[in-house]
Amino acid sequence: MAYVRTTCAKCNVFDKKCTNNQQASLHCRRRRRAFCCALDDASSVRTNRVAGSCAVRVLFFFNLAHAHFILKMAAVQGGLVDANEEKDIKSEPANDTWANNNANDGRLPSASPGASAAAGGNKTAAVAAAAAPEDQQTLLAVLQFLRKNKLTESVEILRREAGLPEDSLESKGADSFCGDQECYYGDDLRILSSLSKREHMRGNETLLDFRTSKFVLRISRDSYQLLKRHLQERQNNQIWNIIQEHLYIDIFDGIPRSKGQIDAMSGSLAGEAKREANKAKVYYGLLKEPEIELPLDDEDEEAENEEGKPKKKKPKKDSMGSKSKKQDPNAPAQTRIPLPELKDSDKLDKIMYMKEATKKIRLGPDNLPSICFYSFLNAYQGLTAVDFTDDSSLIAGGFADSTVRVWSVTPKKLRKVKSAADLNLIDKESDDVLERIMDEKTASESKILHGHSGPVYGISFSPDRNYLLSSSEDGTIRLWSLLTFTCLVGYKGHNYPVWDTQFSPHGYYFISGGHDRVARLWATDHYQPLRMFSGHLADITCTRFHPNSNYVATGSSDRTIRLWDVLNGNCVRIFTGHKGPIHTLAFSPNGKFLASGATDGRVLLWDIGHGLMIGELKGHTDTVYSLRFSRDGEILASGSMDNTVRLWDATKAFDDLETDDFTAATGHIHLQDNSQELLLGTYMTKSTPVIHLHFTRRNLLLAAGAYNP
Amino acid sequence: VHTSTMADREERRFAEISRESVKFMAESSGVELGDDVAALLAEDVCYRLREAAQSSSQFMRHAKRRKLTVEDFNRALHWSNVEAVCGYGAQDALPFRSAKEGELFFIEDRDVNLVELALATNIPKGCAETMVRVNVSYLDGKGNLEPQGTVPTAVQSLSDDLLKYYQQITRAILGEDPHLMKVALLDLQSNAKIAALLPYFVYVISGVKSVSHDLEQLNRLLHMVKSLVQNPYLYLGSYVRSLVSSVMYCILEPLAASINPLNDHWTLRDYAALLLSHIFWTHGDLVSGLYHQILLSLQKVLSDPVRPLCSHYGAVVGLHALGWKAVERVLFPHLPAYWANLQAVLDDYSVSNAQVKADGHKVYGAILVAVERLLKMKALSLSQPAEGGSSGHTGSVVGAMGYRVSSPGLSPPPEPLSEAALGIASHLQAGGAGCPWEEWTPVPLPAMYCELYSFFGDSLAVRFSTGPGFGSYPPYAPSQLGEARKEAPGPASNPDTTRKMPQLTANLNISPRHDGSPRTDPAPSLTRSSTSTSSVQRSRSCSSRSGQRPAGLSRDVFPKARFTSPQAGIPAFTFLIGGRQMGRRCQGRRPFQTTFAPTPPLPAVPPRAYAHKLPVIGRVGRPVRRWACSCYSLHLPL
Repeated sequence: MAYVRTTCAKCNVFDKKCTNNQQASLHCRRRRRAFCCALDDASSVRTNRVAGSCAVRVLFFFNLAHAHFILKMAAVQGGLVDANEEKDIKSEPANDTWANNNANDGRLPSASPGASAAAGGNKTAAVAAAAAPEDQQTLLAVLQFLRKNKLTESVEILRREAGLPEDSLESKGADSFCGDQECYYGDDLRILSSLSKREHMRGNETLLDFRTSKFVLRISRDSYQLLKRHLQERQNNQIWNIIQEHLYIDIFDGIPRSKGQIDAMSGSLAGEAKREANKAKVYYGLLKEPEIELPLDDEDEEAENEEGKPKKKKPKKDSMGSKSKKQDPNAPAQTRIPLPELKDSDKLDKIMYMKEATKKIRLGPDNLPSICFYSFLNAYQGLTAVDFTDDSSLIAGGFADSTVRVWSVTPKKLRKVKSAADLNLIDKESDDVLERIMDEKTASESKILHGHSGPVYGISFSPDRNYLLSSSEDGTIRLWSLLTFTCLVGYKGHNYPVWDTQFSPHGYYFISGGHDRVARLWATDHYQPLRMFSGHLADITCTRFHPNSNYVATGSSDRTIRLWDVLNGNCVRIFTGHKGPIHTLAFSPNGKFLASGATDGRVLLWDIGHGLMIGELKGHTDTVYSLRFSRDGEILASGSMDNTVRLWDATKAFDDLETDDFTAATGHIHLQDNSQELLLGTYMTKSTPVIHLHFTRRNLLLAAGAYNP
Repeated sequence: VHTSTMADREERRFAEISRESVKFMAESSGVELGDDVAALLAEDVCYRLREAAQSSSQFMRHAKRRKLTVEDFNRALHWSNVEAVCGYGAQDALPFRSAKEGELFFIEDRDVNLVELALATNIPKGCAETMVRVNVSYLDGKGNLEPQGTVPTAVQSLSDDLLKYYQQITRAILGEDPHLMKVALLDLQSNAKIAALLPYFVYVISGVKSVSHDLEQLNRLLHMVKSLVQNPYLYLGSYVRSLVSSVMYCILEPLAASINPLNDHWTLRDYAALLLSHIFWTHGDLVSGLYHQILLSLQKVLSDPVRPLCSHYGAVVGLHALGWKAVERVLFPHLPAYWANLQAVLDDYSVSNAQVKADGHKVYGAILVAVERLLKMKALSLSQPAEGGSSGHTGSVVGAMGYRVSSPGLSPPPEPLSEAALGIASHLQAGGAGCPWEEWTPVPLPAMYCELYSFFGDSLAVRFSTGPGFGSYPPYAPSQLGEARKEAPGPASNPDTTRKMPQLTANLNISPRHDGSPRTDPAPSLTRSSTSTSSVQRSRSCSSRSGQRPAGLSRDVFPKARFTSPQAGIPAFTFLIGGRQMGRRCQGRRPFQTTFAPTPPLPAVPPRAYAHKLPVIGRVGRPVRRWACSCYSLHLPL
């Protein structure tokens, strides 16, 4: 429909002239009945100033939002076809499906003819006004249709454009605004609905996201063809154009998905992930453990550790032969990412780890872990982040008063290194030099680290326990020495709040993500980031390193999770399905799976290799702030704002799926609703939100949170 | 018209700030705004607000909070390059008030009373240090092992019903509604299923230390103690110690509330003392050595001259409440030393000393009351041994019941008290037997009297003879009331309560009865006392008193105690007290005397209604009750 385009062009010109005419703009609002009327008005733009400005506004919306509206409508229609066809795909031709759809609103077809009539340019504003009641009804019908089909943004825009009061729909008995399916668009909707001025739209990030990125929609080929045919039949060319322009339709072969499947995958700000986005090969296997010949050169007690080692390594390495020299096929090359060499102390720590691991409790549904709760008392300043060292000897808390506090969990107190002058006096050849450098006078149970100038939102110990990272609202990440308890480096790069940071499991590298939507990979000895991972459409709320340090996962408020390749900075996975900002991520110890928790209280499980959602754990009633797999990956623990820790049977969740038909081709699997079966236990705290979980090396579960009086 | 309605609608849908508000704000900064401009501005402001609110919620989420704070909002403003709004960062909710005229809203900004702040004794200690405490919450995924530290939220491990009960009860008792409080206390007294909650209630009660500025709360907590102690189904066990320490705190500590002389902390101390004796007599056997511990701490306070007078007062009433033996053992020997201090206070007539002096009089009064009873009881006890045990037993039972009934309340009904009167001597015996006094040699009564008289002079003697109306109150029928009330303890609890006999009230009640048989009026009193195994000596004190004073004139001016030889068969002891009364009306010396003739207990005697309750001394805030006319005047010249 060429006319539309030309009008748009005209009005774009006109737009500039009269945007400042607010009075007119205000006045015109009430006249907007529907975009068809507006188009109609547009035709008389030059003669009727009032109507003209109205058209300006409408066309403005048309350019920005209506495009969106229509494309969304189209998108949903596509989805709808999907859903409908699930019932009678073979028996009924497309027309029938559409008839069904239209029966819902009845008036929808009339909207388009209205537009065409308007395109004739004969109607005047007066006529439009006379036709108002009918138009209004049409609109309502359209709105209902939209709402029914999850197009809340469009509903909102259209409704506002038409000047319909909110209750006009409510009175029609339609579901409340955030209906059953659409609740996860509530946040976007709220943002969009708060927009009322053109200037505001320019500065609004969410709207910018919509404009700059294509909304991704997966449709089966059949459905897509139905949609196409329908649009052609109706000659809805402009819709078609908009679809082309703003919608990315990811067509797959095979049977259309069920409503449940669609619902499971939708919810992200930009629709679903494209399938090819998840096609890249991910080396999710674990790196070969460094050869622990070390215990062999040490003598007796280490020898017994050697015996213990295979026992513990088997469960950890899962299917792959742990002792075999050959590389796990799914593992990245050992040197894909240069990793720091193991120091002697690291090796010692590994030995300790082995020792501990021999005493590890094998967990399972019948053998649940004991839970220790670390309550932060008197944390009036607000506890915002917690981390444990891997050996559970230290606990650190980040607080809203910009401080970081470190406690020793063991009887061993925290000591600083002696001053330089004193260090000179030490006999450096002595065996216990590491002990001698510590200043006994500074021994205390806890240390406070001052340096940030905003709440500390992320905190992470280095694997060797010598460093601590903290990220803060002040836009910096700080590296602290746990030997001197001073700040070593302040990494400035994010110029906005940094929501999370984490050390690589091998140390040296760390990842951070924040309000600037960019995740950065750093090395401790570089003051500038090594990699920047950009692609998220909203804040990055949490970051996690893959156990093999070759990948990082980031969760975002755009309700997607992305997996990035550290080597080349590419985004190799996009997981959609969460309906709220994601606040925590956890890799399974074998590197195959990822768990994520969000404000919607759900925990989703993902298969990294296949790029699929494989499980949904429902139960929490509030934001899940913490997830952790047991050391062997058999139990998944989740901690939430709802003051509970829940334990899930991870083995079962993963196994059940693998027996399922893994429809890798379409990328869709049927999720069973088996949360209740997988839930092994719910453990209440008194009045303490659980913000961090940690499995000790012996599989004791530690939970932490600030007591909320 | 259309425009405006449209605009209105638009505003209603989004706006938090109306055009009018914008205009007002503009006016306040001296700018005149047109309607349309204001509307546009309002719309823009609203949008900015919405935007800021949305981004501030992100800060809240990342701080892992549920509550959006002003700080979150300020951070959002900061990151959108807007200046932060200062001055509203308080952690607590700021009360938002509206002024009716003009639809003004404002945040309440109370005046801070600097004087009060500066003089406050409960200086805030600042925040406790942030710390991490660990506890094993679930072992092998099962069950709570231990409550979480000292935090009382461990209550949540209780069943929901109990938890609810606990919350309701504490709320009711510490809340505003007196009726609710009564109901809650009653239930606490009789509920058989709250054993599991005992630790938590004890914990709550131990909060006395934190509310020492609030008499009302202290009172409520003490009531809670009382209810717990009275609950026959509760086994207090070692919690007795904790309860006692809470009660002792109320008795002895210079409470913050005492600073204001208008606060009637005296009554609180009296009540707490009563409660202490109650706990001791009913549950004292649960903790060994409790009695001595209590005595020791009371003694310590008494002998510490640095302590304020109100603490001393507490010690005295505490001793008094614990029985005359305690008084005899601790207070009496200590009196000479203490007296000097007290005298110094009382003799200081300077204006600045007025308050302290008033306090001193309180102490004086308390001591007086205590030693008076000491004298009486001692006299009684001396006469008692020959009395024999048969009546003693029954008496003690009656006493127990009477005690139960007249449990320490601030204003217990006067009637049931007298019921226990008869059992007094035997109670004392029982009590004396319970508390060994081996190492302590009692002072003989005459010597004691002499000494006391040297301190108190006539005011001591007054107590014995001239109390008007001790026996003049019409008798009630307390037994009925008593029976109605003592259902809770039940008959089963009687046997064991007899052992730890509640001496206190029994003692108190008996006291007025025995002061009415003057030696000088031998005909009625002596005959009665010698023969009265069954008669009720109800009206004796009245009758005798009427005829007594004139007769007493014939006595020696400085009377000494005299022991009469016990009459054959019926052990009786009469004790004559005489003295001079100094008064305005009596010029010169006007001797009088009092005779004690303790009558043997009469088991079958119906309870009597001497509305006399002892340790309530020097009330300020409460209306003085019946015994107001008794000679409790604390300002007798020394």
